[in-house]
Amino acid sequence: MSILINRNSLVMTQGITGKTGQFHTRMCREYANGKACFVAGVNPRKPGENFEGIPVYATVKEAKQQTGANVSVIYVPPPFAAAAIDEAVEAELDLVICITEGIPVRDMIRTRYKMQGKKTRLIGPNCPGIITPDEIKIGIMPGYIHKKGRIGVVSRSGTLTYEAVAQLMELGLGQSTCIGIGGDPVNGLKHLDVMQLFNDDDETDAVLMVGEIGGTDEEDCARWVKDHMQKPVVGFIAGVTAPPGKRMGHAGAIISGGKGTAQEKLEVLASCGIKVTRNPAEMGKLLQSVL
Amino acid sequence: MKIHEYQAKEILQKYGVVTPKGIACFSVDDAVSAAQQLGGGVWVVKAQIHAGGRGKGGGVKVAKSLEEVRQRASEILNMHLVTHQTGPEGQVVHRLFIEQGVHIEKEFYVGMVVDRRQQRVCLMASSEGGMEIEKVAAETPEKIHKVFIDPVAGLREQEARDIAMKIGIPAQSLPQATLLLQGLYQAFDESDASLLEINPLALTAEKQVIALDAKMNFDDSALFRHPEIIALRDLDEEDPIEIEASEHELSYIPLDGNIGCLVNGAGLAMATMDIIKLYGGNPANFLDVGGGANAEKVTEAFKLMLRNTKLQAILVNIFGGIMKCDVIAQGVVAAARDVRLAVPLVVRLEGTNVDLGKKILADSGLTITSADNMADAAQKAVNAAKV
Repeated sequence: MSILINRNSLVMTQGITGKTGQFHTRMCREYANGKACFVAGVNPRKPGENFEGIPVYATVKEAKQQTGANVSVIYVPPPFAAAAIDEAVEAELDLVICITEGIPVRDMIRTRYKMQGKKTRLIGPNCPGIITPDEIKIGIMPGYIHKKGRIGVVSRSGTLTYEAVAQLMELGLGQSTCIGIGGDPVNGLKHLDVMQLFNDDDETDAVLMVGEIGGTDEEDCARWVKDHMQKPVVGFIAGVTAPPGKRMGHAGAIISGGKGTAQEKLEVLASCGIKVTRNPAEMGKLLQSVL
Repeated sequence: MKIHEYQAKEILQKYGVVTPKGIACFSVDDAVSAAQQLGGGVWVVKAQIHAGGRGKGGGVKVAKSLEEVRQRASEILNMHLVTHQTGPEGQVVHRLFIEQGVHIEKEFYVGMVVDRRQQRVCLMASSEGGMEIEKVAAETPEKIHKVFIDPVAGLREQEARDIAMKIGIPAQSLPQATLLLQGLYQAFDESDASLLEINPLALTAEKQVIALDAKMNFDDSALFRHPEIIALRDLDEEDPIEIEASEHELSYIPLDGNIGCLVNGAGLAMATMDIIKLYGGNPANFLDVGGGANAEKVTEAFKLMLRNTKLQAILVNIFGGIMKCDVIAQGVVAAARDVRLAVPLVVRLEGTNVDLGKKILADSGLTITSADNMADAAQKAVNAAKV
């Protein structure tokens, strides 16, 4: 089974009428089973229109009722993106993937608060999305670099995830599902949540976990892995050379108050039985070594 | 975004937070007349720079006469103030803040940040005022009390009172301290702050609770709805190269080394710096050109890197997804010509249209070292920088 999404997922695009939403919906539609998966778009001001044959509805609720879509991908601009997530949660979708970068943290705190006790899972914001190779891609990653296989990949970053996938591919290792959880401090699924899903997935044999400086998500995940994970996990943490107090591109990638250093994360991962490398060019080889 | 102490205090006063009376000044004469205007017999002359640790660095001085105000102000204004947060080169002081002196009985610490794990704003308070909170957290964590604030209800009266009591605010001052803490949270929330620190919060001889210092940072992603905060930006406090980079939508941070890195994506950019270091080199910068880079942006990125006179080599590491390798290759060629590149250039391209991209580089007639993968690229860049 892969995790979270597969060839049978039905997806709506919130923000389908914008340039980014259009471009990526088209790319996703062209990938594998995308034609059958991408069934609806949402824009409150343009109901009744369509984007290349995909009907546009006024609300998420209506799009769900009319098409059965249970997953949403969001390309709505930052000032309105948190409200778009709220709407999808309110409509009780199974999964929301928010690609939008630059959502105010205050908005995300409120959105996460409202998500308590709700069934909807959130990936992102500020993430590349999720792909189950050769079945479905939801997000902005280049589909063709992936191939179906049995390795799970979870990462906070975009292009570094592509790098990891390319290294796996060079060794002939395909992927069950690859997820970019995003670089924001307040977000949906964390490394830990994704790791639990991979652990329960009978089509995943091992997991490559890519982290970066800031926060303690990787450490939380590592401690869970130590006690519960049935499959091998390997890791890389970006930012050993990052100076403290400087935000390295991602809103969440900052070493502050002496916390969140790559060094510390690598040590915790290693002490929890996760094989780590300090060389970002050897993520694939490391994964291969534990199979 | 960061602001000065006096600006933070102006914001906090609107939320009922008591601070000493003070006036911001740009010259020594202004400082003396400010002291005159404030009255009283004791003043504090404070350097206004964004970095913390000003007191220890000699940027905060008490004066007991107008003559002494003049003397202290002339010492501090235009000094290179070095603190643990400025780096060894220090920060030039362009602004002063003159405050009335206060009789302090006890000092406390209050801070607010967004807690990633709880996904809420965390109010931290401690009886150990004036100290570095990291130190208190490491040595005596039991002295730091925390409340994770409900984003809908806000900081409840009971929660504010409890934490004030725990850090040792005396009973008679609790009502005022409660209101002050609630005001701090309201200010934090309504201004989209990312950090707020009152260190120290002071109890005066008159049992009044007052903010002696104030530090506020704001969420850059929320500035679009806060023109009043953007207006407080002080460009003197920012690295001019970082400002210029942000104008071109490039994320650039200068570092100590001699190998310039141009990468797409923050994670890959950090990883590229890491592998350079791992192979015995030293990265000169962090530079993320983002997802929508074009020839113009790449040229600007080259120009930024070349400002660094220590630069010995440039490593371009691009994983083209949405951004196509041929477009990047054209950008690299145009930039190298435009800036008459004189340092070795190593380029690693991967992803969409990679073969076309490599061909453009090879046909350009420029001396570009092509690399097959990240390891190869880093090794070649490190070798080139050594020559």
